[in-house]
Amino acid sequence: MQPVRVLLAKVGLDGHDRGVKVVARTLRDAGMDVVYTGLHRTPEEVVNAAVQEDVDVLGVSLLSGVQLTVFPKIFKLLEEKGASDMIVIAGGVMPDEDVVELKKMGVREVLLQDTPPDYIVSTLNRLVQERGPR
Amino acid sequence: MSSYVPSMELVERVVAGHTAAVARLISRAEAGVDEAKPALAEIYRRAGRANVIGITGVPGSGKSTLVARFATMLRSRGHRVGVVAVDPSSPYSGGAILGDRIRMTDLALDPDVFIRSMATRGAMGGMARAALDAVDILDVAGFDTVVIETVGVGQDEVEIAKASHTTVVVSAPGLGDEVQAIKAGMLEIADVHVVSKSDRSDAHRTLADLKGMMTLNAHHGPGPDWRVPVLGISSYSGEGFEAFIDAVERHRALTMDRERGRPRRMAIARFRLLKTAENLLMARFSKFAAPGVGDLASRLEARNGDPYTLAEELVAESLK
Repeated sequence: MQPVRVLLAKVGLDGHDRGVKVVARTLRDAGMDVVYTGLHRTPEEVVNAAVQEDVDVLGVSLLSGVQLTVFPKIFKLLEEKGASDMIVIAGGVMPDEDVVELKKMGVREVLLQDTPPDYIVSTLNRLVQERGPR
Repeated sequence: MSSYVPSMELVERVVAGHTAAVARLISRAEAGVDEAKPALAEIYRRAGRANVIGITGVPGSGKSTLVARFATMLRSRGHRVGVVAVDPSSPYSGGAILGDRIRMTDLALDPDVFIRSMATRGAMGGMARAALDAVDILDVAGFDTVVIETVGVGQDEVEIAKASHTTVVVSAPGLGDEVQAIKAGMLEIADVHVVSKSDRSDAHRTLADLKGMMTLNAHHGPGPDWRVPVLGISSYSGEGFEAFIDAVERHRALTMDRERGRPRRMAIARFRLLKTAENLLMARFSKFAAPGVGDLASRLEARNGDPYTLAEELVAESLK
């Protein structure tokens, strides 16, 4: 079994990275390879990195409320780069109606602030398994 | 939604410089899937143009930051640069946090720079098993310079010297007699020594220590044609980088020289062959050993046999 590869990113003017670091550690401890790109990235930088790293899952953490601006850009860029088979998930704090919007856009899961660590791990494993080999 | 593109098809896209294909083929090499072997063989046949530079040093010596500045300067000289950055896997969970990219954000939007992070996944020697496949794939995709950044190493992880045309050992100031500690292993593999963080006031001491040691040691460098330079650099200010790049390019010319470079090129080929064979043996061995070892271990536990005889049996059975 190959380790699941994940890229975790913080986009825009959002300096709150405690959550994403906890998630990174959780996924590492579940045996995954986690690429972390640090704070204040643009959607272009994040997608470029995710494509070069060929990750199974791109996870974007947002606590700044800009999810409905950022995710459409990410999907468009993934499409342009021939990587639309990448699993995209969101994490952070956001209103319920935005969660509905994001899922319509193609975000596979939105893991909010009260998600137990085990659930994050099992969700990622399930999504990668459902996708199949690539 | 996802469809499996055959690896041989990926090779064509790699040649055309398609980023997603380069990335995917590296993943297949990392996974060691059989389906990808003919494709990787084809990649090897087509590769061989890129200048491969290994960057190694103790943890925290500034390798990633150096690589970022180095790559930026190579870009300004017109090179296309690939980077393979290796970070350690957890010995407990097998997982890894790959954070080298954080130091390389200035390169994130440059289409002529490709950065790939890799976890060691239990490989010893400071490199990941698929690092050399990744180098070849980047080479075929048209990256003329490929930098391998090893994990932060201790004393013994010297494989990089047999995998690169030029090996750069990075030492940081202020680590005191750490320089003494590495002299048995790492000092010997450097083609170029750099002292990072040379904007710090104590850097001159490390430079002097290293230069002193180069003259005292019984070590003569890689050959009579090359004197190992000891260079101070600052990734923060950029100081010393011109001289550093010049040294790397001079060494590259030496390695590529038909006659004088032959021993190094032979050493690289030998290492690649032996390493690949070793991985093959290990894969076969672990496949057999997993079911077979329990029985032999219980005989050993019951003192119904000795470790030497039983190990012989295990090896003989698994390689049959």
